[in-house]
Amino acid sequence: MKQNRIEGERYLQTVWRRFRRHKLALFSLTVLTIIVLAALLAPIIAPYAPDKLVGTFSGRPNSKNWLGTDQIGRDVLSRLLYATRISLLVGVLATAISTLIGVVLGLISGYFGGVIDMIIMRFTDMVMSFPYILLVLVAASIFQPGLWNIIIILGFVDWPGIARLVRGNVLSLRETNFVKGNIIAGMPNRHILLSEILPNTIAPILVYGTSVIALSMLDEAALSFLGMGIQPPTASLGNMLNGAQSLTILTSKPWLWIPAGALIVILVMSISFIGDALRDAVDPTSRGGKK
Amino acid sequence: MIKYIIKRILVALPVLVGITIVDYAIMCAAGSPLAMLKGPRVSEAAVAAKAITLGLDQPVYVQYFVWLKQLLHGNLGYSIKNYQPVGSMIATHLGPTLLLMGVSLLVSIMIAVPAGIFSATHQYSKRDYTVVTLSFVGTSIPGFFLSLLLVYLFTVKLGWLPSSGMSSLGTGGGFFDIAKHMIMPVIVLATSMAGTNIRYIRSAVLEILQQDYLRTARAKGIGNFKVINKHALRNALIPIVTVMGMEIPVLFGGAVIVEQIFSWPGLGLVAMSAITNRDYPVIMGVCLLSAIVVLAANLITDILYAIVDPTIQYK
Repeated sequence: MKQNRIEGERYLQTVWRRFRRHKLALFSLTVLTIIVLAALLAPIIAPYAPDKLVGTFSGRPNSKNWLGTDQIGRDVLSRLLYATRISLLVGVLATAISTLIGVVLGLISGYFGGVIDMIIMRFTDMVMSFPYILLVLVAASIFQPGLWNIIIILGFVDWPGIARLVRGNVLSLRETNFVKGNIIAGMPNRHILLSEILPNTIAPILVYGTSVIALSMLDEAALSFLGMGIQPPTASLGNMLNGAQSLTILTSKPWLWIPAGALIVILVMSISFIGDALRDAVDPTSRGGKK
Repeated sequence: MIKYIIKRILVALPVLVGITIVDYAIMCAAGSPLAMLKGPRVSEAAVAAKAITLGLDQPVYVQYFVWLKQLLHGNLGYSIKNYQPVGSMIATHLGPTLLLMGVSLLVSIMIAVPAGIFSATHQYSKRDYTVVTLSFVGTSIPGFFLSLLLVYLFTVKLGWLPSSGMSSLGTGGGFFDIAKHMIMPVIVLATSMAGTNIRYIRSAVLEILQQDYLRTARAKGIGNFKVINKHALRNALIPIVTVMGMEIPVLFGGAVIVEQIFSWPGLGLVAMSAITNRDYPVIMGVCLLSAIVVLAANLITDILYAIVDPTIQYK
């Protein structure tokens, strides 16, 4: 056991050493940390409560409201901080749900094979055939849009990629000697799946999950922008851009939509760069395989 | 070979049946059309009579088969909103969407293939990092935000490009007029796709560059240009075709949002207005059609793959 722990630490050290080589990812990690901290500490550092009317309608940025005020006089900066919280929450929780579903289905499908594998994979094909955004929009119109429904919908639609990834890994792990040895030794399936196969496929799952967080945040933003996502007065990065569909805001009040849009780009880009560097760091066999 | 194609089609069939079941199930989950009828002035008996004419008194699986039979006759039902047949609504709006998707796909390939190859052949150089970084920027910008920025720049500030519709009012919409209306939507769709494709093509080419036959080609001394463009690119085509097949559902989803912003008269606009109006027959028609298109695209990709790559195993 002790031996194992030392090995584990060494592995993490190797990952960190390889990760550090990616300057852009390191920079992204810093940016992401600052944004996440700011979002978490929003109740402390936000100048105003997000729903409080503190100024004129659509006021320009000034010393009192650094990023101006929105159409009904709420402070844009404060709303931006709270919106980031919501967007991050959606990204992380939706990914957690889809990863859980994908891992369970992928493990079962890859390990047991045969008819079960057939059924699960055909079901996966089916879900993947529907255009993703369309499926989410339809689901959002059936179950009223709102924070928790959006998280659940995104989580339940986004698993096929992870399921396929896990299945592929399980199929190749099944051919390894240590798994074969376990099967011959008559170990129970549960033990082989959870204690032998799962730990060996956790790294690619984490890497893939990082990109799913970024994608979920983009989807939440698009949904909320279209008015089918997070509903006002709760602020999300997407619904803060919603107002820019009107021409007056688009042309003459850029402080109402550019900061929220720029923040989405920065968040998604940082997460993507971190994911890319992680992919390179956890997988020593990928020589320059920057996918 | 023929055997492989037949087998692949046989695998796709249950998926197709599954798609119709999922589609029908979603329609049922969306609520019964009778709910729209109910009101103080409509008697219970009238609702029950309507239920019988619509076949809603039958068990669900019977209803499904009735619906499926209608579907096979090309009848997708009628819009709740304007009573038009869904089939003809889709038919009139399919063209603009396919035009938009096709041009965007083409533009993204024209950007991604040279950029991906350039990046792979200059691996780990400054230029490689620049291309890869730019590709991440492309995938990280939400389509709707890029659309807003483009409209702000090209329509509001510069006044160069029209921001909505497919052709100018009053004109028949000549080639140049439509092209002008297409520039911004195509940029938005192509940007995010090119971003993903650059990285796929880069890694596909990198993998091929390490193959023995490329080393042989180099050793022959035919020059780097020929090695890349004759030997490497041809073999890289296989993964590129696969990626294009995978991109189609993404492209379709992107089109829904972009069409909404630029009022492009395509399927996405129809779907979005149907969603806001809860016009379920139309929504389901569009979903079904797009799912079938995606399934067909995957099938064609797989078959093409088998034709292009003789080493594939027909298991």
